Amino acid sequence: MPWFKREKDNIQTRTEDKNETPDGLWIKCPNCKKALQSKALKKSQYVCGYCDHHLRIGSEEYFEILFDNNEFTELDADMISGDPLEFVDTKPYPKRIASSVSKTGLNDAARTGVGKVEGLDMVVACMDFRFIGGSMGSVVGEKIARAVEHARAHKMPLLVISKSGGARMMEGALSLMQMAKISARVAQLGKEGLPYISLLTDPTTGGVTASFAMLGDLNIAEPEALIGFAGPRVIKETIGQDLPEGFQRSEFLQEHGFLDYIVHRKDLKSKVVLSFRMLMNQIVAKEE
Amino acid sequence: MKPNNVFDFEKPIIELETQLEEMKRIAEDTSTEMGPATSELEKTIENLKKNIYSNLNRWQRVQISRHPDRPYSLDYIAHITDDFIELFGDRNFKDDKAMIGGMATIDGQPVMIIGQQKGRTTKERQYRNFGMPNPEGYRKALRLMKMAEKFGMPVICLIDTPGAYPGLEAEERGQGEAIARNLMEMAVLQTPIICIVIGEGASGGALGIGVGDRVYMLENTWYSVIAPESCSSILWRSWDQKEQAAEALKLTAEDNLRLKIIDGIIKEPLGGAHKNPETAFENVKAQILQDLKKLSALKVEKLIEQRIHKFTSLGQSDESGAIKSSPKKTIARVSEEV
Ligand SMILES: [Zn+2]
Repeated sequence: MPWFKREKDNIQTRTEDKNETPDGLWIKCPNCKKALQSKALKKSQYVCGYCDHHLRIGSEEYFEILFDNNEFTELDADMISGDPLEFVDTKPYPKRIASSVSKTGLNDAARTGVGKVEGLDMVVACMDFRFIGGSMGSVVGEKIARAVEHARAHKMPLLVISKSGGARMMEGALSLMQMAKISARVAQLGKEGLPYISLLTDPTTGGVTASFAMLGDLNIAEPEALIGFAGPRVIKETIGQDLPEGFQRSEFLQEHGFLDYIVHRKDLKSKVVLSFRMLMNQIVAKEE
Repeated sequence: MKPNNVFDFEKPIIELETQLEEMKRIAEDTSTEMGPATSELEKTIENLKKNIYSNLNRWQRVQISRHPDRPYSLDYIAHITDDFIELFGDRNFKDDKAMIGGMATIDGQPVMIIGQQKGRTTKERQYRNFGMPNPEGYRKALRLMKMAEKFGMPVICLIDTPGAYPGLEAEERGQGEAIARNLMEMAVLQTPIICIVIGEGASGGALGIGVGDRVYMLENTWYSVIAPESCSSILWRSWDQKEQAAEALKLTAEDNLRLKIIDGIIKEPLGGAHKNPETAFENVKAQILQDLKKLSALKVEKLIEQRIHKFTSLGQSDESGAIKSSPKKTIARVSEEV
């Protein structure tokens, strides 16, 4: 059953929360703990049917949700990480990369593609949290920067889906510079009058929040996603008090004026396309 | 020198210096000539200093970058500018004391100078929030930069921060958004920008005023994605590996020059900028004047093109595809469903 195997790889649920049964794979909702059948889960775009919790998914699932018939051309698929700092912590960086590659089947923490979304040509970049916490090093930075360039060169709208713990420590200041790199490209895209929508998903923190994720013409988010610059643990330690309920969640950010709207995953595709068509001043055919 | 401001690696120097002072005092008291013994000792001290300060490891550089007697942004401004008019506030929420800025002239040339500001006494340190700006600090910096752009003034940014403030209200007011906006706006700001790390260059909080046509670091400063202590606590789950983390992060001026993140290193007096601040002021001023001349000669389109090229070229990745994993997965899936 290769189909279920892929599901198992892609859903970010702890092993103990998964159960193989004769009916297929069952996954426990991380929020309400109810058992969800994987086939049904895929149909509901990986949103829990009981509590509406949006499960963490990766580029493969987002591309499938967005691109018409899941048809797209992946950009820079073969780009892999170097080891510019010869970084060693508890293990050498190249080993960490290699084990993440074999564990996830991904080459790094972001994938970029171009294809039609409800017939609209679109560049989509999506981060993968499974790959070293979705951290941004040179590969993530370069791939997203090139995706922005692709949108500019081909006059297409750009959607970037963020899900990241921030800049990747193992590439030091080079990771930091990826923030400047992508932000510079976003500035150039804006000068061409091409729209950029940034979708922030659970979790988006650190250097990703402090760069391209907050630079969309529209900044939008999935419900209840953790979004912030500093992580909640660091803030708690700094101020020495408990954080209020709902702090740094999508609804909190919208309330404080940093998100244009919050979108349920079932409406994501249609609302993003509609937003782009409006921003691109296209005539939107009214459905009967 | 206050003994608590001496680092362990400097102690051998201090010991000999104390000896020398003692010898001089005795000579003075007894009105005897200072013989060859003292000049010999002076020579030994000089050699020892050169030996110690030219072989500093990365963690020792980090320590020097945080020395409480090191000159801060306002010290540089006081010494390298002829006139300075400090400007306050972000026109939106408040004035951030951890981010200072204003108009100045350097050898007659008007510039906008912006920098993070630390404090020296306990009270000052709190007043300056330990050099950790809130969102209004980054917005104040951007307001001044946009003003500089409007009136054709070059921008000088002095970087010295342990990071953007990780507070509850900072998050409410959009710390991430404030830094992000600065990165985007600075990339295309239509006036020359020179950035100099004068102390600590910690992560996004530093980069928030760090996108420039020229980026320099003083000799004993650090610039990286995270402070070595925080890196240690995350990767080793303990604060004790800070020295190892500093080595791994390759965060010194030399490292960053090699990685092409900076354009050059500005020399400090032996032992650090605090040992002889005048020298540090002179060197910083000379570098600024030299670059202002070069950058002002460029057409603004060329300037921005070069600035964007500089930052978009940074990074290291491999596209030879030699260690390809299994990207077939997606392709197979697409063709499967077509
Ligand atoms: Zn649920």
